[in-house]
Amino acid sequence: MRRVIAAVAALAMLALTGAAPAPATAGKSNPAADLKAFQDYFKTSFPKVPFDDFVNGPYAVNKGMRAQWEQIMQFPPYDFELADGKKLFETKFANGKSYGDCFPDKGIGIAQTYPHFDAKTGQVVTLVDAINACRVTNGEAKLDVSKGPMAEIAAYMVSTSHGKRFDVTIPDDPRALAAYEAGKQFFYSRRGQLNFSCASCHVQSAGKRLRGDIIAPALGLVAAFPIYRDAWGNIGTLGRRFVECNAQVRAVAFKPDSTIYHDLEYFLTYMDNGLPVTGPGTRP
Amino acid sequence: MAHTIRVRAIANGDTVQVQSLIQHPMDSGFVKDSAGKLIPPHYIEVVTFAAGNKTVFTAFWGPAVSKDPYLKFSFKGAKKGDTLTISWVDNKGMHDSTTAPIM
Amino acid sequence: MIAEASQARIGRRTLMGGTGLAVAAGACMVLRVPQAAAADAAPMASAASWPIKAFAQKTQADALQALFGSVTLETSPKVALDVPEIAENGAVVPVSVDASALSGVQMIALLVPDNPFTLTAAYPIAAGTAPNISCRLKMAKTSNVIAVVQAGGKLYATTKQVKVTLGGCGG
Repeated sequence: MRRVIAAVAALAMLALTGAAPAPATAGKSNPAADLKAFQDYFKTSFPKVPFDDFVNGPYAVNKGMRAQWEQIMQFPPYDFELADGKKLFETKFANGKSYGDCFPDKGIGIAQTYPHFDAKTGQVVTLVDAINACRVTNGEAKLDVSKGPMAEIAAYMVSTSHGKRFDVTIPDDPRALAAYEAGKQFFYSRRGQLNFSCASCHVQSAGKRLRGDIIAPALGLVAAFPIYRDAWGNIGTLGRRFVECNAQVRAVAFKPDSTIYHDLEYFLTYMDNGLPVTGPGTRP
Repeated sequence: MAHTIRVRAIANGDTVQVQSLIQHPMDSGFVKDSAGKLIPPHYIEVVTFAAGNKTVFTAFWGPAVSKDPYLKFSFKGAKKGDTLTISWVDNKGMHDSTTAPIM
Repeated sequence: MIAEASQARIGRRTLMGGTGLAVAAGACMVLRVPQAAAADAAPMASAASWPIKAFAQKTQADALQALFGSVTLETSPKVALDVPEIAENGAVVPVSVDASALSGVQMIALLVPDNPFTLTAAYPIAAGTAPNISCRLKMAKTSNVIAVVQAGGKLYATTKQVKVTLGGCGG
């Protein structure tokens, strides 16, 4: 166990000390190897947790919390918003088109492929981006990317991917690899007055208590988004949570749809490849 | 306006198990809004479940029941296909009701 | 025992058996009107039956007195209370009470003595309804949760502590 922690710490150090290749040397980037090391670390650290169960975050690693969560999930609190999301998704725009027209397979069962890299624009496109792009294409205003209708529509689209597994691809394009590396670097970089990186909590301290909370392992961390957080009292997107996480380590947060959070989502969701899509989820 | 109530009523032999979720803020009166002002108490006081014309379950709630309250109970005396009527009323006099078939 | 109806609460049981329209008329500020057609003769929720006095009490004894007219509790293993040892969030604490081991249960009440108001929820148990309920409560801080079951004129209880800790992740 100690050896594994040391190994991952070393990995984190590598990222920190600039071993993570800059765009110019992106050819050396090896997401597939990262993925294996990342997933192996958590499998070794939590040998009793079945692989698919990592999508359940803190509930996968703490019995008491799991019991409460199972009771909550008998009638999940996001039920109303999920139903609203379906309605919104199926409602036609003023021009008579609907969300389904913007996506392959009418938008059903495709969430597991997001974020994806758009070779035309050279940008990482999250599901939230794609939903807003669809609105703009059809002459509608963009939605707030954190909560409300956006989170509800995304929740519905994600729910149609249940039973599918995350399948995020990083094409052999220096721009895609640069985005991936930027997300990875962000994940392992310390920031804020508390001087924590994402990894400080979600890798090194995964499964431990942070005051009243159990820290979710980084593997599976984004697999249940959008989530209904008790602390929010409604459903929210990953961008919303990133803002909150950064504020919690007393760092100045970026905008929820900033490029760096897109890159982070790209990295984290790629690390979840192979896990089942489970969103929307609930968290304390 | 039955949008505030979601119900699952499942018959198993002669027992019907009911689970419900009601959309309601259940403001306790002790929480402040972002402007620092106390949000006045606003909570459901009574929920009634009826099978046919008989009340099978009543809930009396105070302000410390969680937001979007959940309930689970079971009763005898109804069967698959029967109708369950659910209604609530809150401390501001707002109310809602819906019916749901027993599955 | 039901507390007196306040001035704002018009009528009592009479409304319970009425139609949806009668109930709508009974509530002063109607924002959501139940569909009269769907209501049939089904009894509708009426605020008149709400035990207003019991819910206003700040101590266990006062709440019990107002709700049951008695404060004597008999600790009993026949009242099974399921609560988490540590709440993952004080705003949503799942609670289950199973008093199936007792016969003639008339009411199940949940008390949280360290909340601003002690009585949190009360469930009159109709004949044919199982004395077994689950719900979710808010807890302001670490406190006992007391499940009180009224059966055969006596009050049986089980008490368990639930720890409410500040969330580390902004909870």
